[in-house]
Amino acid sequence: MQNIKYSKKVKEHFLHPHNMGKIKNADGIGKLGNPACGDVMYIYLKIIKKNEKEIIKDIKFQTMGCAAAISTSSMITDIVKGKTLEEAFKITNKDVAKELDGLPPIKMHCSNLAADVLKEAIKDYYNKQKNRKIKYEKTACYKCCDSKKEMD
Amino acid sequence: MKQIYLDYAATTPVVKEVYDEMKDYFLKNYGNTSSLHILGQNADEKVEKVREKIKQKLNAKDHKVIFTSGGTESNNLAIKGLVYANKEKKHIIISKIEHDCILKTAKFLEKQGYEVTYLNVDKEGFIDLKQLEKSIKKETILVSIMHANNEIGTLQNLKEIGKICKEKKVLFHTDACQSFTKEKIDLEEFNIDLITINAHKIYGPKGIGALVIKNGIKLTPLLHGGGHEYGFRSGTLNVPAIIGFGKAIDVISKEDIKKMIDLRNYMIKEILKKIPTSKLNGPTENRLCNNLNFLFNYIEGESILLQLDMEGICISTGSACSSNTLETNHVANAIGIPKDKANGIIRISLGIETTKEETDIFIEKLIKIVKRLTDMSPLTK
Ligand SMILES: Cc1ncc(COP(=O)(O)O)c(C=O)c1O
Repeated sequence: MQNIKYSKKVKEHFLHPHNMGKIKNADGIGKLGNPACGDVMYIYLKIIKKNEKEIIKDIKFQTMGCAAAISTSSMITDIVKGKTLEEAFKITNKDVAKELDGLPPIKMHCSNLAADVLKEAIKDYYNKQKNRKIKYEKTACYKCCDSKKEMD
Repeated sequence: MKQIYLDYAATTPVVKEVYDEMKDYFLKNYGNTSSLHILGQNADEKVEKVREKIKQKLNAKDHKVIFTSGGTESNNLAIKGLVYANKEKKHIIISKIEHDCILKTAKFLEKQGYEVTYLNVDKEGFIDLKQLEKSIKKETILVSIMHANNEIGTLQNLKEIGKICKEKKVLFHTDACQSFTKEKIDLEEFNIDLITINAHKIYGPKGIGALVIKNGIKLTPLLHGGGHEYGFRSGTLNVPAIIGFGKAIDVISKEDIKKMIDLRNYMIKEILKKIPTSKLNGPTENRLCNNLNFLFNYIEGESILLQLDMEGICISTGSACSSNTLETNHVANAIGIPKDKANGIIRISLGIETTKEETDIFIEKLIKIVKRLTDMSPLTK
Protein backbone atom coordinates (compact mmCIF):
# COMPACT_ATOMS: atom_id res chain seq x y z
CA MET A 1 0.00 0.00 0.00
CA GLN A 2 1.97 2.94 -1.25
CA ASN A 3 1.19 6.44 -0.22
CA ILE A 4 -0.76 8.47 -2.69
CA LYS A 5 1.27 11.55 -3.43
CA TYR A 6 -0.60 14.71 -4.34
CA SER A 7 0.90 17.83 -5.88
CA LYS A 8 1.11 21.08 -3.98
CA LYS A 9 -1.65 22.57 -6.11
CA VAL A 10 -3.97 19.67 -5.35
CA LYS A 11 -3.36 20.13 -1.65
CA GLU A 12 -4.01 23.88 -1.85
CA HIS A 13 -7.33 23.41 -3.63
CA PHE A 14 -8.24 20.52 -1.37
CA LEU A 15 -7.66 22.52 1.80
CA HIS A 16 -9.09 25.79 0.48
CA PRO A 17 -11.50 24.97 -2.32
CA HIS A 18 -12.80 27.81 -4.47
CA ASN A 19 -16.45 28.33 -5.39
CA MET A 20 -17.83 25.74 -3.06
CA GLY A 21 -21.55 25.64 -2.48
CA LYS A 22 -24.87 25.82 -4.31
CA ILE A 23 -26.46 28.35 -6.67
CA LYS A 24 -30.16 28.94 -6.10
CA ASN A 25 -32.18 28.92 -9.32
CA ALA A 26 -29.18 27.73 -11.29
CA ASP A 27 -29.49 27.80 -15.08
CA GLY A 28 -27.83 24.43 -15.39
CA ILE A 29 -27.00 21.66 -12.94
CA GLY A 30 -24.74 18.66 -13.51
CA LYS A 31 -24.73 15.66 -11.19
CA LEU A 32 -22.46 12.70 -11.64
CA GLY A 33 -20.64 10.26 -9.50
CA ASN A 34 -19.78 6.80 -8.42
CA PRO A 35 -20.58 6.48 -4.72
CA ALA A 36 -18.94 3.05 -4.58
CA CYS A 37 -15.68 4.80 -5.40
CA GLY A 38 -16.60 7.52 -2.98
CA ASP A 39 -16.89 10.35 -5.49
CA VAL A 40 -20.03 12.36 -6.18
CA MET A 41 -19.96 15.82 -7.72
CA TYR A 42 -22.61 18.47 -8.43
CA ILE A 43 -21.92 21.60 -10.50
CA TYR A 44 -24.25 24.63 -10.66
CA LEU A 45 -24.09 27.26 -13.43
CA LYS A 46 -25.38 30.79 -13.78
CA ILE A 47 -25.29 31.90 -17.43
CA ILE A 48 -25.56 35.39 -18.91
CA LYS A 49 -25.86 36.40 -22.55
CA LYS A 50 -23.55 39.05 -23.85
CA ASN A 51 -23.19 39.95 -27.54
CA GLU A 52 -24.90 36.72 -28.63
CA LYS A 53 -22.50 34.76 -26.46
CA GLU A 54 -23.42 32.71 -23.40
CA ILE A 55 -20.99 33.25 -20.62
CA ILE A 56 -20.53 31.43 -17.30
CA LYS A 57 -21.19 34.22 -14.87
CA ASP A 58 -21.06 32.07 -11.79
CA ILE A 59 -20.22 28.46 -11.01
CA LYS A 60 -20.32 26.50 -7.78
CA PHE A 61 -19.72 22.93 -6.78
CA GLN A 62 -20.53 20.38 -4.10
CA THR A 63 -18.38 17.29 -3.88
CA MET A 64 -18.10 14.20 -1.78
CA GLY A 65 -14.81 12.52 -2.33
CA CYS A 66 -11.11 12.33 -1.94
CA ALA A 67 -8.57 15.10 -2.41
CA ALA A 68 -8.51 14.44 -6.16
CA ALA A 69 -12.25 14.83 -6.52
CA ILE A 70 -12.38 17.96 -4.39
CA SER A 71 -9.39 19.68 -5.98
CA THR A 72 -10.54 18.97 -9.54
CA SER A 73 -13.96 20.43 -8.68
CA SER A 74 -12.37 23.56 -7.31
CA MET A 75 -9.95 23.85 -10.22
CA ILE A 76 -12.56 23.56 -12.94
CA THR A 77 -14.61 26.35 -11.42
CA ASP A 78 -11.53 28.58 -11.60
CA ILE A 79 -10.81 27.56 -15.18
CA VAL A 80 -14.24 28.22 -16.67
CA LYS A 81 -15.57 31.14 -14.70
CA GLY A 82 -16.07 33.96 -17.21
CA LYS A 83 -15.60 31.70 -20.21
CA THR A 84 -18.18 31.11 -22.95
CA LEU A 85 -20.06 27.85 -22.90
CA GLU A 86 -18.36 26.85 -26.13
CA GLU A 87 -14.95 27.31 -24.60
CA ALA A 88 -15.96 25.59 -21.37
CA PHE A 89 -17.32 22.62 -23.25
CA LYS A 90 -13.89 21.91 -24.68
CA ILE A 91 -12.25 21.40 -21.31
CA THR A 92 -11.39 17.76 -20.61
CA ASN A 93 -10.75 15.84 -17.40
CA LYS A 94 -7.15 15.61 -18.51
CA ASP A 95 -6.86 19.39 -18.84
CA VAL A 96 -8.07 19.76 -15.27
CA ALA A 97 -5.55 17.23 -13.98
CA LYS A 98 -2.82 19.03 -15.89
CA GLU A 99 -3.71 22.38 -14.35
CA LEU A 100 -3.28 20.73 -10.95
CA ASP A 101 0.21 19.53 -11.92
CA GLY A 102 -1.08 16.03 -12.32
CA LEU A 103 -2.98 13.49 -10.24
CA PRO A 104 -1.79 10.13 -8.91
CA PRO A 105 -2.42 7.55 -11.66
CA ILE A 106 -4.90 5.59 -9.57
CA LYS A 107 -7.00 8.73 -9.20
CA MET A 108 -7.23 9.41 -12.93
CA HIS A 109 -10.05 6.94 -13.56
CA CYS A 110 -12.80 7.66 -11.13
CA SER A 111 -11.96 10.74 -9.12
CA ASN A 112 -11.14 12.93 -12.11
CA LEU A 113 -14.64 13.69 -13.31
CA ALA A 114 -15.05 17.46 -12.98
CA ALA A 115 -15.07 18.13 -16.74
CA ASP A 116 -17.74 15.48 -17.23
CA VAL A 117 -19.89 17.08 -14.56
CA LEU A 118 -19.43 20.50 -16.11
CA LYS A 119 -20.54 19.16 -19.51
CA GLU A 120 -23.50 17.58 -17.78
CA ALA A 121 -24.42 21.00 -16.35
CA ILE A 122 -24.02 22.68 -19.75
CA LYS A 123 -26.16 19.95 -21.29
CA ASP A 124 -28.81 20.60 -18.67
CA TYR A 125 -28.73 24.29 -19.52
CA TYR A 126 -29.08 23.60 -23.25
CA ASN A 127 -31.89 21.14 -22.57
CA LYS A 128 -33.80 23.82 -20.80
CA GLN A 129 -33.42 26.03 -23.90
CA LYS A 130 -35.76 24.60 -26.48
CA ASN A 131 -34.37 22.57 -29.35
CA ARG A 132 -30.85 22.57 -28.17
CA LYS A 133 -29.52 19.13 -27.52
CA ILE A 134 -25.89 18.18 -27.25
CA LYS A 135 -24.00 15.00 -26.77
CA TYR A 136 -20.63 14.16 -25.32
CA GLU A 137 -18.62 11.17 -24.17
CA LYS A 138 -17.96 10.83 -20.47
CA THR A 139 -14.32 10.00 -19.86
CA ALA A 140 -14.24 9.21 -16.14
CA CYS A 141 -15.06 5.70 -15.01
CA TYR A 142 -18.38 5.27 -13.26
CA LYS A 143 -18.36 1.57 -12.72
CA CYS A 144 -14.85 0.52 -11.82
CA CYS A 145 -15.52 0.32 -8.09
CA ASP A 146 -18.83 -1.51 -8.38
CA SER A 147 -17.66 -5.01 -8.94
CA LYS A 148 -15.44 -6.61 -6.40
CA LYS A 149 -12.13 -7.15 -8.02
CA GLU A 150 -10.68 -10.61 -8.04
CA MET A 151 -7.84 -10.86 -5.58
CA ASP A 152 -4.67 -12.70 -6.49
CA MET B 1 4.12 21.35 14.63
CA LYS B 2 4.07 18.47 17.10
CA GLN B 3 3.09 15.20 15.49
CA ILE B 4 0.29 13.22 17.07
CA TYR B 5 0.60 9.58 16.08
CA LEU B 6 -2.61 7.58 16.34
CA ASP B 7 -1.76 4.72 14.02
CA TYR B 8 -0.18 2.20 16.39
CA ALA B 9 -2.06 -0.66 14.74
CA ALA B 10 -0.03 -0.01 11.60
CA THR B 11 3.21 0.00 13.51
CA THR B 12 4.81 1.35 16.67
CA PRO B 13 8.08 3.10 17.34
CA VAL B 14 10.87 1.05 18.87
CA VAL B 15 11.07 2.22 22.47
CA LYS B 16 14.41 3.20 23.96
CA GLU B 17 14.84 0.19 26.24
CA VAL B 18 14.32 -2.12 23.27
CA TYR B 19 16.66 -0.14 21.06
CA ASP B 20 19.33 -0.06 23.77
CA GLU B 21 19.10 -3.80 24.23
CA MET B 22 19.52 -4.38 20.48
CA LYS B 23 22.54 -2.13 19.93
CA ASP B 24 25.20 -4.48 21.28
CA TYR B 25 24.02 -7.21 18.96
CA PHE B 26 24.86 -5.06 15.95
CA LEU B 27 28.17 -3.76 17.22
CA LYS B 28 29.68 -6.39 19.52
CA ASN B 29 27.78 -9.62 19.84
CA TYR B 30 27.37 -10.07 16.14
CA GLY B 31 28.03 -13.80 16.00
CA ASN B 32 26.09 -16.21 13.84
CA THR B 33 24.06 -18.50 16.08
CA SER B 34 25.19 -21.48 14.01
CA SER B 35 28.88 -20.79 14.69
CA LEU B 36 30.62 -22.95 17.25
CA HIS B 37 32.88 -20.21 18.60
CA ILE B 38 32.15 -18.08 21.57
CA LEU B 39 30.54 -15.20 19.65
CA GLY B 40 28.20 -17.59 17.94
CA GLN B 41 27.36 -19.50 21.08
CA ASN B 42 26.70 -16.33 23.06
CA ALA B 43 24.25 -15.16 20.45
CA ASP B 44 22.62 -18.57 20.35
CA GLU B 45 22.18 -18.60 24.10
CA LYS B 46 20.47 -15.22 24.03
CA VAL B 47 18.18 -16.24 21.19
CA GLU B 48 17.17 -19.38 23.08
CA LYS B 49 16.26 -17.19 26.04
CA VAL B 50 13.91 -15.19 23.84
CA ARG B 51 12.29 -18.40 22.61
CA GLU B 52 11.68 -19.38 26.23
CA LYS B 53 10.30 -15.97 27.06
CA ILE B 54 7.83 -16.10 24.18
CA LYS B 55 6.71 -19.54 25.26
CA GLN B 56 6.24 -18.36 28.80
CA LYS B 57 4.23 -15.34 27.71
CA LEU B 58 1.91 -17.58 25.69
CA ASN B 59 1.89 -20.42 28.23
CA ALA B 60 3.19 -22.70 25.50
CA LYS B 61 4.04 -26.00 27.18
CA ASP B 62 4.63 -28.19 24.19
CA HIS B 63 5.53 -25.81 21.38
CA LYS B 64 8.42 -24.63 19.23
CA VAL B 65 9.13 -20.99 18.41
CA ILE B 66 10.10 -20.43 14.78
CA PHE B 67 11.47 -16.97 14.12
CA THR B 68 10.36 -15.44 10.82
CA SER B 69 10.48 -12.08 9.06
CA GLY B 70 7.14 -11.07 10.56
CA GLY B 71 3.42 -11.64 10.62
CA THR B 72 3.08 -12.06 6.88
CA GLU B 73 5.67 -14.81 6.68
CA SER B 74 4.39 -16.58 9.79
CA ASN B 75 0.87 -16.67 8.38
CA ASN B 76 2.11 -17.90 5.00
CA LEU B 77 4.22 -20.58 6.66
CA ALA B 78 1.39 -21.68 8.92
CA ILE B 79 -1.07 -22.18 6.09
CA LYS B 80 1.00 -23.16 3.07
CA GLY B 81 3.50 -25.06 5.19
CA LEU B 82 0.77 -27.08 6.79
CA VAL B 83 -1.28 -27.96 3.73
CA TYR B 84 1.80 -28.81 1.67
CA ALA B 85 2.99 -31.17 4.39
CA ASN B 86 -0.39 -32.88 4.71
CA LYS B 87 -1.43 -33.51 1.14
CA GLU B 88 -4.30 -35.86 1.93
CA LYS B 89 -6.45 -33.13 3.49
CA LYS B 90 -7.42 -30.30 1.20
CA HIS B 91 -9.83 -28.09 3.09
CA ILE B 92 -9.14 -25.09 5.32
CA ILE B 93 -11.44 -22.69 7.16
CA ILE B 94 -10.75 -19.00 7.68
CA SER B 95 -12.94 -15.97 8.37
CA LYS B 96 -13.88 -13.24 5.93
CA ILE B 97 -12.09 -10.60 7.97
CA GLU B 98 -8.61 -12.09 8.12
CA HIS B 99 -5.60 -9.95 7.29
CA ASP B 100 -4.71 -9.89 3.60
CA CYS B 101 -1.75 -12.19 4.17
CA ILE B 102 -4.15 -14.95 5.23
CA LEU B 103 -6.88 -14.14 2.71
CA LYS B 104 -4.54 -13.99 -0.24
CA THR B 105 -2.74 -17.13 0.84
CA ALA B 106 -6.13 -18.86 0.91
CA LYS B 107 -6.99 -17.50 -2.55
CA PHE B 108 -3.63 -18.72 -3.81
CA LEU B 109 -4.32 -22.21 -2.48
CA GLU B 110 -7.79 -22.22 -4.03
CA LYS B 111 -6.15 -21.75 -7.41
CA GLN B 112 -4.08 -24.84 -6.66
CA GLY B 113 -7.16 -26.93 -6.04
CA TYR B 114 -7.62 -26.54 -2.30
CA GLU B 115 -11.02 -25.80 -0.83
CA VAL B 116 -11.46 -22.79 1.45
CA THR B 117 -14.45 -21.97 3.63
CA TYR B 118 -14.76 -18.26 4.43
CA LEU B 119 -16.75 -17.88 7.62
CA ASN B 120 -19.18 -14.99 7.80
CA VAL B 121 -19.04 -12.52 10.64
CA ASP B 122 -21.83 -10.57 12.26
CA LYS B 123 -22.21 -6.76 12.34
CA GLU B 124 -19.55 -6.50 15.04
CA GLY B 125 -17.14 -8.85 13.33
CA PHE B 126 -17.66 -12.03 15.36
CA ILE B 127 -17.70 -15.41 13.68
CA ASP B 128 -20.59 -17.76 14.37
CA LEU B 129 -19.27 -20.73 16.37
CA LYS B 130 -22.09 -22.93 15.10
CA GLN B 131 -21.19 -22.15 11.51
CA LEU B 132 -17.58 -22.98 12.32
CA GLU B 133 -18.56 -26.30 13.82
CA LYS B 134 -20.74 -27.15 10.84
CA SER B 135 -18.04 -26.23 8.35
CA ILE B 136 -15.49 -28.70 9.70
CA LYS B 137 -15.40 -31.91 7.71
CA LYS B 138 -13.22 -34.97 7.19
CA GLU B 139 -10.96 -33.17 4.71
CA THR B 140 -10.42 -30.17 6.97
CA ILE B 141 -6.82 -29.76 8.03
CA LEU B 142 -6.84 -26.29 9.55
CA VAL B 143 -8.99 -23.57 11.06
CA SER B 144 -7.29 -20.16 10.99
CA ILE B 145 -9.13 -17.37 12.79
CA MET B 146 -7.41 -14.16 13.82
CA HIS B 147 -7.51 -13.05 17.43
CA ALA B 148 -7.91 -9.26 17.17
CA ASN B 149 -9.00 -7.77 13.87
CA ASN B 150 -6.61 -5.07 12.73
CA GLU B 151 -9.32 -2.75 11.43
CA ILE B 152 -12.30 -3.00 13.74
CA GLY B 153 -10.67 -4.52 16.83
CA THR B 154 -13.03 -7.48 17.22
CA LEU B 155 -11.58 -10.06 19.63
CA GLN B 156 -12.70 -13.54 18.71
CA ASN B 157 -13.35 -16.08 21.43
CA LEU B 158 -10.21 -18.18 21.01
CA LYS B 159 -11.11 -20.47 23.86
CA GLU B 160 -14.39 -21.55 22.30
CA ILE B 161 -12.84 -21.89 18.85
CA GLY B 162 -10.04 -23.98 20.31
CA LYS B 163 -12.52 -26.22 22.06
CA ILE B 164 -14.40 -26.90 18.82
CA CYS B 165 -11.17 -27.58 16.93
CA LYS B 166 -10.00 -30.00 19.58
CA GLU B 167 -13.30 -31.88 19.59
CA LYS B 168 -13.33 -32.09 15.83
CA LYS B 169 -9.64 -32.94 15.68
CA VAL B 170 -8.54 -30.18 13.34
CA LEU B 171 -5.57 -27.89 13.85
CA PHE B 172 -6.17 -24.35 15.07
CA HIS B 173 -4.04 -21.40 13.98
CA THR B 174 -4.56 -17.83 15.09
CA ASP B 175 -3.01 -14.58 13.85
CA ALA B 176 -2.37 -12.62 17.03
CA CYS B 177 -0.27 -9.78 15.61
CA GLN B 178 -2.62 -7.15 17.00
CA SER B 179 -3.33 -8.72 20.37
CA PHE B 180 -0.01 -10.22 21.50
CA THR B 181 0.95 -8.75 24.91
CA LYS B 182 -2.27 -6.71 24.93
CA GLU B 183 -4.75 -9.50 25.55
CA LYS B 184 -4.56 -12.77 27.42
CA ILE B 185 -3.41 -15.63 25.21
CA ASP B 186 -2.90 -19.07 26.71
CA LEU B 187 -2.00 -21.76 24.18
CA GLU B 188 -2.81 -24.56 26.61
CA GLU B 189 -6.11 -23.22 27.85
CA PHE B 190 -7.23 -22.09 24.38
CA ASN B 191 -5.94 -25.23 22.66
CA ILE B 192 -3.99 -23.28 20.04
CA ASP B 193 -1.74 -25.34 17.78
CA LEU B 194 -0.14 -22.53 15.82
CA ILE B 195 0.07 -18.81 16.53
CA THR B 196 1.47 -15.87 14.59
CA ILE B 197 3.03 -12.95 16.44
CA ASN B 198 5.34 -10.09 15.48
CA ALA B 199 7.41 -7.35 17.08
CA HIS B 200 6.59 -4.13 15.29
CA LYS B 201 3.14 -3.77 16.83
CA ILE B 202 4.56 -3.99 20.36
CA TYR B 203 7.36 -1.41 20.24
CA GLY B 204 9.92 -3.82 18.80
CA PRO B 205 11.67 -3.74 15.44
CA LYS B 206 10.06 -4.39 12.06
CA GLY B 207 10.91 -7.48 10.05
CA ILE B 208 10.81 -9.98 12.91
CA GLY B 209 8.03 -12.26 14.03
CA ALA B 210 7.44 -15.82 15.03
CA LEU B 211 5.26 -18.76 14.30
CA VAL B 212 4.81 -20.83 17.43
CA ILE B 213 3.76 -24.39 16.65
CA LYS B 214 2.89 -27.43 18.69
CA ASN B 215 5.51 -30.16 18.72
CA GLY B 216 4.77 -32.89 16.23
CA ILE B 217 3.13 -30.65 13.64
CA LYS B 218 4.68 -31.11 10.21
CA LEU B 219 5.31 -28.09 8.01
CA THR B 220 6.84 -27.83 4.56
CA PRO B 221 9.27 -24.93 4.73
CA LEU B 222 8.85 -21.95 2.44
CA LEU B 223 12.58 -21.23 2.61
CA HIS B 224 14.96 -24.12 2.10
CA GLY B 225 18.57 -23.86 3.09
CA GLY B 226 20.81 -24.50 6.03
CA GLY B 227 18.09 -26.03 8.15
CA HIS B 228 17.72 -23.27 10.71
CA GLU B 229 14.68 -23.04 12.96
CA TYR B 230 14.18 -26.82 13.22
CA GLY B 231 14.35 -27.01 9.45
CA PHE B 232 11.16 -24.97 9.08
CA ARG B 233 12.79 -21.69 8.12
CA SER B 234 16.32 -21.48 6.84
CA GLY B 235 18.42 -18.35 6.92
CA THR B 236 20.88 -16.86 9.39
CA LEU B 237 18.96 -15.64 12.39
CA ASN B 238 18.32 -11.92 12.72
CA VAL B 239 19.80 -11.79 16.20
CA PRO B 240 19.45 -8.07 17.00
CA ALA B 241 15.81 -8.15 15.92
CA ILE B 242 15.13 -11.29 17.95
CA ILE B 243 16.72 -9.66 21.00
CA GLY B 244 14.54 -6.58 20.42
CA PHE B 245 11.47 -8.78 20.02
CA GLY B 246 12.25 -10.43 23.35
CA LYS B 247 12.61 -7.12 25.11
CA ALA B 248 9.45 -5.73 23.49
CA ILE B 249 7.38 -8.42 25.20
CA ASP B 250 7.73 -6.48 28.47
CA VAL B 251 6.88 -3.05 27.08
CA ILE B 252 3.10 -2.90 27.40
CA SER B 253 2.11 -2.99 31.05
CA LYS B 254 -1.23 -3.72 32.69
CA GLU B 255 -1.47 -0.01 33.51
CA ASP B 256 -0.86 0.91 29.87
CA ILE B 257 -3.70 -1.36 28.81
CA LYS B 258 -6.04 0.11 31.39
CA LYS B 259 -5.09 3.62 30.27
CA MET B 260 -5.68 2.79 26.59
CA ILE B 261 -9.08 1.27 27.34
CA ASP B 262 -10.13 4.36 29.28
CA LEU B 263 -8.95 6.69 26.52
CA ARG B 264 -10.58 4.54 23.85
CA ASN B 265 -13.93 4.57 25.65
CA TYR B 266 -13.68 8.29 26.26
CA MET B 267 -13.00 8.94 22.58
CA ILE B 268 -15.84 6.73 21.41
CA LYS B 269 -18.24 8.58 23.69
CA GLU B 270 -17.02 12.04 22.67
CA ILE B 271 -16.94 11.40 18.93
CA LEU B 272 -20.37 9.78 18.79
CA LYS B 273 -21.78 12.61 20.86
CA LYS B 274 -20.13 15.49 19.02
CA ILE B 275 -20.32 14.23 15.44
CA PRO B 276 -23.90 13.29 14.59
CA THR B 277 -22.96 11.72 11.24
CA SER B 278 -20.56 9.26 12.92
CA LYS B 279 -21.05 5.61 13.68
CA LEU B 280 -18.78 3.19 15.53
CA ASN B 281 -17.68 0.11 13.63
CA GLY B 282 -16.79 -3.03 15.52
CA PRO B 283 -17.89 -4.21 18.95
CA THR B 284 -18.31 -2.29 22.18
CA GLU B 285 -17.35 -5.31 24.22
CA ASN B 286 -14.54 -7.75 23.46
CA ARG B 287 -12.74 -5.06 21.57
CA LEU B 288 -8.97 -4.65 21.33
CA CYS B 289 -7.82 -2.10 23.92
CA ASN B 290 -6.34 0.41 21.48
CA ASN B 291 -8.65 0.23 18.46
CA LEU B 292 -11.26 2.72 17.26
CA ASN B 293 -13.01 2.66 13.92
CA PHE B 294 -15.65 5.07 12.70
CA LEU B 295 -17.79 5.59 9.68
CA PHE B 296 -18.77 9.11 8.68
CA ASN B 297 -21.74 9.59 6.41
CA TYR B 298 -21.51 11.72 3.25
CA ILE B 299 -17.72 12.13 3.26
CA GLU B 300 -14.61 10.19 2.41
CA GLY B 301 -12.09 8.74 4.82
CA GLU B 302 -9.13 9.65 2.67
CA SER B 303 -10.07 13.31 2.81
CA ILE B 304 -10.30 13.16 6.59
CA LEU B 305 -6.93 11.42 6.77
CA LEU B 306 -5.22 13.96 4.53
CA GLN B 307 -6.59 16.97 6.35
CA LEU B 308 -5.59 15.49 9.69
CA ASP B 309 -2.17 14.73 8.26
CA MET B 310 -1.79 18.36 7.26
CA GLU B 311 -2.52 19.22 10.89
CA GLY B 312 0.12 16.80 12.10
CA ILE B 313 -2.12 13.90 13.09
CA CYS B 314 -1.54 10.39 11.71
CA ILE B 315 -4.43 7.95 11.40
CA SER B 316 -5.51 5.36 8.88
CA THR B 317 -8.49 4.75 6.60
CA GLY B 318 -10.36 1.65 5.78
CA SER B 319 -11.11 3.15 2.43
CA ALA B 320 -10.47 1.43 -0.83
CA CYS B 321 -9.55 4.71 -2.42
CA SER B 322 -6.53 5.12 -0.19
CA SER B 323 -4.90 1.94 -1.20
CA ASN B 324 -3.32 1.78 -4.57
CA THR B 325 -5.60 -0.99 -5.69
CA LEU B 326 -9.13 0.37 -5.31
CA GLU B 327 -10.09 -3.02 -3.97
CA THR B 328 -13.17 -2.94 -1.82
CA ASN B 329 -12.50 -3.08 1.88
CA HIS B 330 -13.20 -6.70 2.75
CA VAL B 331 -13.77 -6.08 6.46
CA ALA B 332 -16.35 -3.33 5.84
CA ASN B 333 -17.97 -5.60 3.33
CA ALA B 334 -18.10 -8.53 5.73
CA ILE B 335 -19.73 -6.52 8.53
CA GLY B 336 -22.42 -5.35 6.13
CA ILE B 337 -21.40 -1.78 5.37
CA PRO B 338 -22.70 -0.93 1.88
CA LYS B 339 -20.08 -0.02 -0.71
CA ASP B 340 -21.19 3.56 -1.08
CA LYS B 341 -20.56 4.09 2.63
CA ALA B 342 -17.40 2.05 3.00
CA ASN B 343 -15.31 4.95 1.79
CA GLY B 344 -16.17 6.99 4.85
CA ILE B 345 -14.21 4.88 7.32
CA ILE B 346 -11.24 5.83 9.48
CA ARG B 347 -9.24 3.81 11.99
CA ILE B 348 -7.59 5.36 15.03
CA SER B 349 -5.27 3.26 17.16
CA LEU B 350 -3.76 4.28 20.46
CA GLY B 351 -0.35 3.63 21.96
CA ILE B 352 1.21 3.54 25.39
CA GLU B 353 2.46 7.10 24.86
CA THR B 354 -0.96 8.48 23.85
CA THR B 355 -2.20 11.16 26.25
CA LYS B 356 -5.63 12.53 27.01
CA GLU B 357 -4.41 15.89 25.76
CA GLU B 358 -3.52 14.39 22.38
CA THR B 359 -6.89 12.71 22.05
CA ASP B 360 -8.62 16.00 22.87
CA ILE B 361 -6.64 17.82 20.17
CA PHE B 362 -7.49 15.04 17.76
CA ILE B 363 -11.20 15.13 18.54
CA GLU B 364 -11.33 18.90 18.21
CA LYS B 365 -9.65 18.82 14.79
CA LEU B 366 -11.73 15.88 13.66
CA ILE B 367 -14.95 17.73 14.44
CA LYS B 368 -13.78 20.72 12.39
CA ILE B 369 -12.66 18.63 9.44
CA VAL B 370 -15.76 16.45 9.35
CA LYS B 371 -17.91 19.56 9.41
CA ARG B 372 -15.94 21.16 6.57
CA LEU B 373 -16.18 18.06 4.39
CA THR B 374 -19.82 17.48 5.25
CA ASP B 375 -20.67 21.05 4.26
CA MET B 376 -18.94 20.45 0.95
CA SER B 377 -20.77 17.22 0.20
CA PRO B 378 -23.80 17.15 -2.10
CA LEU B 379 -25.21 14.16 -0.24
CA THR B 380 -25.54 15.86 3.13
CA LYS B 381 -29.09 15.86 4.33
C1 LIG C 1 -3.53 -8.93 11.97
C2 LIG C 1 -2.25 -8.78 11.24
N1 LIG C 1 -1.69 -9.86 10.66
C3 LIG C 1 -0.53 -9.77 9.98
C4 LIG C 1 0.14 -8.58 9.83
C5 LIG C 1 1.40 -8.54 9.03
O1 LIG C 1 2.52 -8.49 9.84
P1 LIG C 1 3.95 -8.03 9.26
O2 LIG C 1 3.81 -6.60 8.93
O3 LIG C 1 4.89 -8.27 10.40
O4 LIG C 1 4.26 -8.87 8.09
C6 LIG C 1 -0.42 -7.43 10.43
C7 LIG C 1 0.20 -6.11 10.34
O5 LIG C 1 0.62 -5.57 9.38
C8 LIG C 1 -1.64 -7.54 11.12
O6 LIG C 1 -2.22 -6.48 11.68
